[in-house]
Amino acid sequence: MNKIEVPDQFVDNNEFQLEGIDFITSGDQYLTFTLGEENYGIDILVVSEIRGWDSPTLIPNAPSHMKGVTNLRGAIVPIIDLRILFHLGHSDYKPTTVVIVISLSNEHVDRTMGFVVDSVSDVLNANENEVKSHAAFGGSVSPHYVDGLVNVGEDIVTLLNVEQLLSLEEDNAEH
Amino acid sequence: MTIDMEQFYDIFFEESLEGLDVMEQSLLAISSSGESDSETINTIFRAAHSIKGGSGTFGFTSVSKFTHVLETLLDEVREGERVLTEESIELLLRSCDCLRTMIFALQARNTPNLEQSTQLIEAFNRISQSEDMSNDSTESNPPQSAEADSDSGDWVITFIPDAGILQTGNEPLRLFKELETLGVLSCEASVTNMPDIDDLVPDQCCLSWRLELKQSDTDREEILEIFDWVIDECEVDVQPLESKTVNKDTSGVEESLTESPSESTSSEPPAASTPAPKEASNEQEVRTNTTASASSIRVGIDKVDNLFNLVGELVITQSMLSELGNNFDMSKLEKLSNGLEQLLQNTKEMQESVMRIRMLPISFAFNRFPRMIRDLSVKIDKKVELIIQGENTELDKTVMEKISDPLVHLVRNAIDHGIETSEERVAKDKPEEGNIRLNAYHQGGNIVIEVGDDGKGLNKEVIFNKAVEKGLIERETQLTEPEIFDLIFQPGFSTAHQVSDISGRGVGMDVVKRNIKSLGGRILIESEVDIGTTIKVHLPLTLAILDGQLVRVGQEVYVVPLLSIVESLQIKSELVNRVSGDILLYRLREDNVPIIRIYEEFGIEAENTDIDNALLVVVEGDGQKVGLLVDELLAQQQVVIKSLESNYKRVEGISGATILGDGSVSMILDIPGLISCASKRSRKCSRRRAA
Repeated sequence: MNKIEVPDQFVDNNEFQLEGIDFITSGDQYLTFTLGEENYGIDILVVSEIRGWDSPTLIPNAPSHMKGVTNLRGAIVPIIDLRILFHLGHSDYKPTTVVIVISLSNEHVDRTMGFVVDSVSDVLNANENEVKSHAAFGGSVSPHYVDGLVNVGEDIVTLLNVEQLLSLEEDNAEH
Repeated sequence: MTIDMEQFYDIFFEESLEGLDVMEQSLLAISSSGESDSETINTIFRAAHSIKGGSGTFGFTSVSKFTHVLETLLDEVREGERVLTEESIELLLRSCDCLRTMIFALQARNTPNLEQSTQLIEAFNRISQSEDMSNDSTESNPPQSAEADSDSGDWVITFIPDAGILQTGNEPLRLFKELETLGVLSCEASVTNMPDIDDLVPDQCCLSWRLELKQSDTDREEILEIFDWVIDECEVDVQPLESKTVNKDTSGVEESLTESPSESTSSEPPAASTPAPKEASNEQEVRTNTTASASSIRVGIDKVDNLFNLVGELVITQSMLSELGNNFDMSKLEKLSNGLEQLLQNTKEMQESVMRIRMLPISFAFNRFPRMIRDLSVKIDKKVELIIQGENTELDKTVMEKISDPLVHLVRNAIDHGIETSEERVAKDKPEEGNIRLNAYHQGGNIVIEVGDDGKGLNKEVIFNKAVEKGLIERETQLTEPEIFDLIFQPGFSTAHQVSDISGRGVGMDVVKRNIKSLGGRILIESEVDIGTTIKVHLPLTLAILDGQLVRVGQEVYVVPLLSIVESLQIKSELVNRVSGDILLYRLREDNVPIIRIYEEFGIEAENTDIDNALLVVVEGDGQKVGLLVDELLAQQQVVIKSLESNYKRVEGISGATILGDGSVSMILDIPGLISCASKRSRKCSRRRAA
């Protein structure tokens, strides 16, 4: 007797369907974010959380992209400003400024770090064959941080190499 | 149901290592006193026996076989059939080492190297044989170890368990599985005693078995060992397969088998080769499951009880406080503050009590030295007596682990370089036997460990010349006595004329110093020529918690370790002197203390850059005093040390970070690091200015 009514909005709502597709499509998933005008993506599996910007404690004599360390539930986590690391100019910290906390533990690195980005945009699905090798004509982002490029509509998303980001190579080079 | 045996491995390893320590100490006691009382022998025997039992249970046959040989010898000693000679003690000590390496190998999920153990087994056989011959005893004590090597063949095992065997928790299937590891097992169950289905009691075992074990190279002992646990509850009969009908006399069989080992092995060509690869594959299986083993610590029940009581109190306080919070009005303010006071007390006590759980007596680190000194003194032919004091002084476990290697180094150095040879000592009117002293005591929040010798002492001139020769210092440099002694901690410094295999390669002392520094400790040398040398190591009791003084510089709050603070004062500008360019010295009574401006060092903004009336925190690190210029002194509090390195890397001048009450992170200053950092920087600055 009791008929279960499916509200129309759930069926018609485009967003709902889009979200569903996100989860069934094959390929790797990437969290995309913006730095100035540019779009970047990182493997979503290493993202442990996204938190609001909170000014961290300075590390003495650290390179300028190393903003400091913050308390993440009892762990001391360094915060890196990706804009500065990639030489994309300084930016004020706005309400949309967020910190993407990445933690990776494998045979090369075992670290948790936060990366300051302008805003988080979307989750992107990309098959391996969609990832194009990145142009070798330089740019301010060191090529070893880049895994490849993906075309999304009219935009290009740069996929970043997480292991390299966490390796602190830049820091060691400067010291 | 299968029980995952692996979860018990770690316990076994730990217990075995403990057992080995016990064996070693008892053996040393016997060897130094020269007489063996039955209690000590029993202790050694028990330790060996439990290692054997444990390794058998877990299928580490290499270990159990080897311990079995040990046990045989010890058993004879226990029974008074044999006297422990110096030679056999030496052999037993070496076996302890061998077992330890085997256990370490197993712990790392590797196959232990059997070469050493086989050699030792042979040595044991030689002893027992020679003894047998010289004793000319009529009682035949067949060398069991020889059996283990040569006796092999096929066996028939009749196993008739009592009906109640299942009720005592014994499962025949497990025994059979164990047997299976020894060779190819075939099994036949007999149901003759089976009652009717109506009379059947499910937890009674009415079955009996006839098992055939083929292609094994085990002996009867080993098979019976598997039935060790159930031997009272069953009938077990082990007979060789071929000669079962021929010879019922067990001893006869054993002899006939030992005499013709080749016969039985040749009849089964793969007999010798099969068990080995099997074992290897077993180990490999184990190896796939490599998990980082968490170390554990043994805690006295009283410490746990104490903690338990404290937690109880904490719960009571908590419920009282929440009761108060339910309907709070200002009249209860006093109660609230009382409650908070109590909470503070409780947490403090609990913190101390938890720290105490991590504390172990330093005897854990000291215990390896009697053996080491014994071996070394034989090796380099110096007579040395070891005196240990304060071995019950407690120390944090992590500190202990990190300090034991440096201590070994210091003791070796003391024997090798400190103590003279007997002739030299006699010539100097000293007793022939040298002394090595190990002492530990608490001093303030620190533990002090002393390694002393009554040897030749450090010769200042020799050290100085050597340092000049090695280019570590200029000849004109004026150095105080402690500074000269400190030179021996420089990398690449060694005064030994000849490199010995004990010490003297010139690496070592600098490593010792680095290790101790990394623990936040200090090392001091007191020495007098021909009287002796004492090296004092000061270490913090624990690495986890630190008493700190919070200071503010601009926006940042830093923690200065309270132990390093000499005093805090307001600068009087007339006492500040500018010397050699840009260095500011503050006259503190007789001392001149260089001023380090933290804001300059760390590249941050400070409120107060004016030296007049500024606050100066005078700290001491590495025997040097410096003044830190700060904006404000804040509270003193205990802070929990968190590592910066785990997610970042080492930062010069910073020993770690901590989280303050408001959740913000604060850096803990590393005073010696800061001093060297500052001197490096000022040198760089002046060079730049000069250029």
